[in-house]
Amino acid sequence: MQVHVPGPWSPLFGRLTLDQIPYNIPILQYTFAGAMLAAIVVVGAVLYFKKVGYFWREWLTTVDHKKIGVMYIVIGLVMLFRGFADGLLIRTQQVLANGPNAPGYMGAQHGFLPPFHFDQVYSAHGTIMILFAATPILTGFQNIVVPLQLGARDMAFPYMNALSLWLTAGAAGLVMLSLFVGDFSAAGWVGLIPLTELPYSPSTGVDYWMWAIQISSVGTTLNAINMIVTIVEMRAPGMTWFRMPIFSWTTLSTNIIGLTAFPVLGVALALLGADRYLGTHFFTAGMGGNLMLYTNLFWLWGHPEVYFLILPVFGILSEVVPTFCEKPLFGYVTMVAASFAIAGVSWVVWLHHFFTMGAGPDINGFFSVATMLVGIPTGVKVFNWAFTMYRARITYTVPMLWAMFGLFLLLAGGLTGMMLAIPAVNYTVHDSVFVIAHFHCMVLLVVAAAFAGVSYWFPKVFGFRLDESWGKAFFWTFSIATLIVFTAMFALGFEGETRRLDWTFNTAWKPMLVVEEIGMILYVISLACFALMLVFSIVNRKKNAAGPDAWGTSRTLEWLTPSPVPFYNFAVTPQVNTRDELAWRRKHGLDKAQPEHFEAIHMPSNTGMPFVIGMLAAVWGFAMIWRIWWLAAISLTALIVCVIIRSFYKNEGYHLQPEEIAAMERDLALGSVVSEQPDRSHHHYSHVEAH
Amino acid sequence: MAHQAAPDANTRLFAPGFAGHSQISARTLGFWLYMLSDALLFTALFAAYAVLDTPMNAAGGPIASQIVNPVEGFWQTIAILGSVTAYSLATVALKTGNRAGVMLGIVAAMVLAVVFLGFGFNDLATLTAQGNGMDRSGYLSAYFVLILTHAIHMLFGLIWMLVMLVQIPRDGFNEMVVARLLNLRMFWQFQATVWVCVYIYVYMIGA
Repeated sequence: MQVHVPGPWSPLFGRLTLDQIPYNIPILQYTFAGAMLAAIVVVGAVLYFKKVGYFWREWLTTVDHKKIGVMYIVIGLVMLFRGFADGLLIRTQQVLANGPNAPGYMGAQHGFLPPFHFDQVYSAHGTIMILFAATPILTGFQNIVVPLQLGARDMAFPYMNALSLWLTAGAAGLVMLSLFVGDFSAAGWVGLIPLTELPYSPSTGVDYWMWAIQISSVGTTLNAINMIVTIVEMRAPGMTWFRMPIFSWTTLSTNIIGLTAFPVLGVALALLGADRYLGTHFFTAGMGGNLMLYTNLFWLWGHPEVYFLILPVFGILSEVVPTFCEKPLFGYVTMVAASFAIAGVSWVVWLHHFFTMGAGPDINGFFSVATMLVGIPTGVKVFNWAFTMYRARITYTVPMLWAMFGLFLLLAGGLTGMMLAIPAVNYTVHDSVFVIAHFHCMVLLVVAAAFAGVSYWFPKVFGFRLDESWGKAFFWTFSIATLIVFTAMFALGFEGETRRLDWTFNTAWKPMLVVEEIGMILYVISLACFALMLVFSIVNRKKNAAGPDAWGTSRTLEWLTPSPVPFYNFAVTPQVNTRDELAWRRKHGLDKAQPEHFEAIHMPSNTGMPFVIGMLAAVWGFAMIWRIWWLAAISLTALIVCVIIRSFYKNEGYHLQPEEIAAMERDLALGSVVSEQPDRSHHHYSHVEAH
Repeated sequence: MAHQAAPDANTRLFAPGFAGHSQISARTLGFWLYMLSDALLFTALFAAYAVLDTPMNAAGGPIASQIVNPVEGFWQTIAILGSVTAYSLATVALKTGNRAGVMLGIVAAMVLAVVFLGFGFNDLATLTAQGNGMDRSGYLSAYFVLILTHAIHMLFGLIWMLVMLVQIPRDGFNEMVVARLLNLRMFWQFQATVWVCVYIYVYMIGA
């Protein structure tokens, strides 16, 4: 049954041989050197400041939703940087390799990237940006914010929360590893079929792509379960459904999508895996395979995934806009209804990704109308934000600027999306860069909202605001760069440039390609501004220190807690009296009220098991990619044994005693930080034993 | 904007002693949601089977009516439904806290599940030996993977049952063990439901 793979295979190392390490490719040499330097700096700093124990106790083994959220966002930002580097390579290659006389460097006929390498770069760019940058960043926000907004102490399943994180981290590690060991898929982030089949992609690239996505998808599915249960079960007393903040509502709707869509992706990739590993014929070009089955299954997930990304973004905008307009959100109930309408419609539009399949006018017509329907709830949302801003006292802080730019991108991306929803139009621009420019407006809306969220919630998590002037410099350079690159890209789409070109044959495209490259240079400058913003924020952290309500005008429960939030969130669970509870308390002078006495709080214990399981999953993925069967068997067995061992644990956490809480609350009032759990190993407070 | 009352003497800002949610309730809801995602997984597999269940996708190999045996499938169905019944009897014993009853029910459920899996593996092994393995055609790929995916679920259920057979004598019926037993019941009944769909769509329609 085992499929014959081209090239050498040995029982001990599988397909892994020394020449799989691309030491002769200059770009990868520099990347490797850079990555090693960064690793040495980070590891060296940890060792030098003797923080190994701290990292293990407070981060690697944590089950605290806030720290898990921070780690999700850090992973997402690192991968965002990697994805941006890929984007820079793509743009630079296209502007250099324009026309028949374009010079070639570093072994390429034109430009500096040979076709196979270029194909890997754009495949990695898409895969990384969607699944390993945008998804973790948004998941991170949901982790940090939702339990706080609901007045909860943690997620419903803190252990599973850590597990989701480490599965995502392990998968991201596999994607990065593909840079230095073997190669990455060269078949597009969607996995163009039958190009991903073994005869046409014999190397391990497709396997890296496939297993990394599979492992991270398990994490995402578990996280979706956790989020939904948290929202249904963990709301503070008095928080009825229609008192729930919009970000929590959009988190609920988006995770319903995530929960139902990711299994379909799992099946699509598993069947592809069966083709590649077991020699089946699901999607092969002969022997009864069906190519369009893959494409349908992939986009059955792929389109809901788009809304899986966009709905939390709408939630972030719905938190940021009212805060800086000092008004309640206009049309709260319609906002909730629109979120669920979008989630529902997301399931019946997938075919618009391939109208050119030629399914006939009836089917294309149905999916065209369904796609246009999305515009109605989205339009409701846009008008709600606009009416919230109408005659408001707007403060143009950095988060608000990002939110307003996000609205602009939503308009540009949404209207071009309506154009693409018309099959006749779609046939002419299918696979052109017009489509690329359209969906980059949408995903850059995700990025804009992510930076709105970062600057908005940063003081809540770290206790100080980000530097405002460098934040604005970052905002303006980034947003202008976006406009330059993608305006030019829309134009190139109309001029007929198709996507994924490693060589742009038409010299008439040169001016717009140069404009795009200028935008990319501005993006690089904006990255420097981002780094400087972080540096100056940390330097000036005393000056920018934030109280519980960092912005003075925020409306929801997370701003009731001290900044940074103590590990137990709320010393006493708040009683919710109305929607926008904090705004209501502030209006009536109750926002500074303190509880009279404390009661013991049950806290989950830290555990290293999720980290171990996540790493085992990554090892298993690596073994499957390289077909090292013994390692795959051992790591999978170890993983299952770990899950079973965990189910035998009796430690169900510990109780924080009232006097401990009172002492920590006193410290907090004096301005200290209570983010580390007290050491309980030499403590007279006993662990909770199973009854 | 919702009506906002002004605070008065009865307004409470804190809920000291708020007990929060019940573990069993959260775990049950969480497991229902997992079952939903699992249902979607099987939905996608059934969709793939429906697409590939054509003579063209059989690529000259056997079609459904040549490989499925509804009579044998009937005995498989009896075995899996019997297994679910045995497990259900275990949960009846759980109500009275009868450890021996629960464990006996689980063991009976395991035996019947092994019988079920035996029939299935025998089917697939026979087909493979005849040269009609999963790599023969698109149709057989879909048939094998659908059956195998269900079988892998059953195997995980068996491992879970083994774990419970250790935990029940060790821990008794504490909150966690009961939560696991209840979720396992849901999981087991769901696998039987999936099999009923397989029996109808693959065995009965195919025959």
